[in-house]
Amino acid sequence: MNAIEIKNLVKTYKNGTQAVKGVDLVVPQGDFFALLGANGAGKTTIISILIGLVNKTSGTVKVFDHNIDQEFDLAKRCIGVVPQEFNFNMFEKVHDIVSIQAGFFGIERKIAVKNTEEVLKKVGLWDKKNAMARTLSGGMKRRLMIARALVHKPRVLVLDEPTAGVDVQLRVGMWDYLRELNAQGVTILLTTHYLEEVQQMCRNAAIIKEGQIVRLDSVKNLNKFITQETYVIAVKTMESLAGLEAYKPVVVDDHTLEVELNRDEQLNGLLIKLINNKFDITDVHPKGQRLEKLFLSLL
Amino acid sequence: MKYQWIAFQTLLRKEISRIIRIWTQTLLPPLVTQSLYFIIFGKFIGSQVGAINGVTYMSFIVPGLVMMAVINSAYGNVVSSFFGAKFQRSIEEMLVSPMQEWVIVGGYATAGIIRGIVVGALVFLVSCFFTHPTIHQFGIVMLFMILTSAVFSLAALINGIFARNFDEVAIFQNFVLVPLIYLGGVFYSISRLPVFWQNLSKLNPILYMIDGFRYGFFGFSDVSVPFSAGLLIVLTLVLWQINIVLLKKGIGIKS
Repeated sequence: MNAIEIKNLVKTYKNGTQAVKGVDLVVPQGDFFALLGANGAGKTTIISILIGLVNKTSGTVKVFDHNIDQEFDLAKRCIGVVPQEFNFNMFEKVHDIVSIQAGFFGIERKIAVKNTEEVLKKVGLWDKKNAMARTLSGGMKRRLMIARALVHKPRVLVLDEPTAGVDVQLRVGMWDYLRELNAQGVTILLTTHYLEEVQQMCRNAAIIKEGQIVRLDSVKNLNKFITQETYVIAVKTMESLAGLEAYKPVVVDDHTLEVELNRDEQLNGLLIKLINNKFDITDVHPKGQRLEKLFLSLL
Repeated sequence: MKYQWIAFQTLLRKEISRIIRIWTQTLLPPLVTQSLYFIIFGKFIGSQVGAINGVTYMSFIVPGLVMMAVINSAYGNVVSSFFGAKFQRSIEEMLVSPMQEWVIVGGYATAGIIRGIVVGALVFLVSCFFTHPTIHQFGIVMLFMILTSAVFSLAALINGIFARNFDEVAIFQNFVLVPLIYLGGVFYSISRLPVFWQNLSKLNPILYMIDGFRYGFFGFSDVSVPFSAGLLIVLTLVLWQINIVLLKKGIGIKS
């Protein structure tokens, strides 16, 4: 079964801006799916239509086979949302924000309180349960939104740039938690600017440009689409780069070199040339920005 | 239906918690304002005004002042809470949930009615310090208080839906509501006005609210009580339906 099925989705705003132009998208159940695109590409509009914050102009949207036009309450019951911006009452307590959301989803008070405790503990906010939301740090507020999105135990979690402005430590922690949720069977739909996030976590991705999907594939295949890989080479001292021009070497600092390698070229050949030039190599690793290259080439 | 009922209870509990949490803004101000009206209009000016239909002026203005507090409280509660949720975007908590429109309208309206009744009861208690108000028919008093609160809660929700900034929240209250309340017979009986002004006053819906409410206290009225009650019921139903349609279409809350 598909978690999300979008057919020929169109959204034209009142000012005439066509934000989404006939998008077809299928996210299978259990997938970890990324929507990638530049600002204004239409990612947030698609998500907002899916969760009921924006009215679509035409097209069909189904969540676990529930059409959002005919079975809107059943469709919404399947979705948890972590929006891009903070959208809770800053003057309410953390516990109230989460438990009230559970109530809005029709969960009885006793169960709502139990679920609230569970998710707040999971995101590490239980000791802040009686704190006013406005007193939380930025990272805590973001975790609060994740807890709120999960309190009714949704089958699909939609995250609109959840790690924007989040420090590295928290981002990594959030990735682990999202992986854990996905492993438990929760389908995850993610929009992000961090392509590293997509490469690390997502199985499939769609790239959106000007309201249309320009590429839809597995992250693995999208990576294959790249013909070149950038390698970061750590060296003890910088030596002569003579004979290495074909690799387009870039000296990052006294101990770091970046080179480009075509897919059909052997890494060993490059390393032999470096050793011949008296380089003392301490580490070699791919830069890991393959998807970024593809992304930029499509935009 | 069970889920919707739980969602309704949740929204109502949230709104009532808000009223209690900020009681210095929601419950206290009308008591202070209405006390001043009792002192200035009832004691100082009222002592120079004769009885109206055998009722002292101080007692005569009690229903009007109670109703004024009820209207302002019901309206203010819903418009500020709903627009506040829009402004902070916490309204999205409801929009992404499976709550149906009637739950949102019902939740906000019920909270507005409750605040209206609580404030009305408190102002009535305050009036007891200044006069000895009698109640002719308690059922009529409650009926008019509930219907009036409902009408203004629902009207406030429409205001909240359309409002794009705080100015648009205040404009209706300051330039429409307040004049209509003052001209709705809070301080006088329209039977004492010239015929032209009597007829003009009958175009003001607040007149029917205050007049019917006053009937519940004293047993006399300027206009037909069943007509007033019927008008309020019709207004409630029409405003309810307008709110449902607006929320269904997402006007003012969705792009």
